[in-house]
Amino acid sequence: MSLSINLEVRHPVLLIRLDGELDHHTAEELRDRVDLIIEERKIEHIVLSLEGLSFMDSSGLGVILGRYNKVKSFGGEMVVCSISGPVKRLFEMSGLFKIVRLEADEQHALATLGVA
Amino acid sequence: MRNRMDIEFSALSQNESFARVTVAAFIAQLDPTVDELTEIKTVVSEAVTNAIIHGYEENSEEKVFISVELNDDTVNLTIRDTGIGIQDLDEARQPLFTTKPELERSGMGFTIMENFMDEVKVESASGQGTTIHLMKYLSKNKALCN
Repeated sequence: MSLSINLEVRHPVLLIRLDGELDHHTAEELRDRVDLIIEERKIEHIVLSLEGLSFMDSSGLGVILGRYNKVKSFGGEMVVCSISGPVKRLFEMSGLFKIVRLEADEQHALATLGVA
Repeated sequence: MRNRMDIEFSALSQNESFARVTVAAFIAQLDPTVDELTEIKTVVSEAVTNAIIHGYEENSEEKVFISVELNDDTVNLTIRDTGIGIQDLDEARQPLFTTKPELERSGMGFTIMENFMDEVKVESASGQGTTIHLMKYLSKNKALCN
């Protein structure tokens, strides 16, 4: 099982939909593809839509934290939505919810960032 | 009943999913809950990733070794590498501590292992490698006992 990465720009928001397993092996491709699009398309905020994410470990936390730091440096925000139980536990354990906002679904997440 | 399996594989990142899926398939015979299986897959992923990134510094010529022993409802996992070892174990086990922030490591590996397992023991010696023993009691028979 690998990771399927779907990136959609709704300027100035990048919507990232992940499907599959996010670990050390798949984190690298995610980082490279997201960083490229952040620079090319002048992205300010990120919405992470995780409904299809069946597995994540601390390497996933690392790559998410890295992208958070990136948008934060431009004054942007990161919002996560449609999160499953096990992934939510890792977010809670690492304190990620102190810096990343949680919304129920993509529509709500995008609306809070002014795009719908 | 006692049952055991041993695997070894190249220290390649694509083997992280192989390792956790294989261990989960072996443990499935104890009929764990979905949460228990997810927890075990996560800790295998953490320990194997540590071996690859930190123990071997991504030298894929090296090997990672996993043993799983099932004893009634107890799972004993041993994940071992023969890499560089951990300099300071207490420091390594601190939440958010990492020696490789430039690789965007979260420093949460040991914290996750400690949260998801009932026992975590680490043996490490400089230049000789690291062995992690992880133990978990599965809950199913407690729930069925009445």
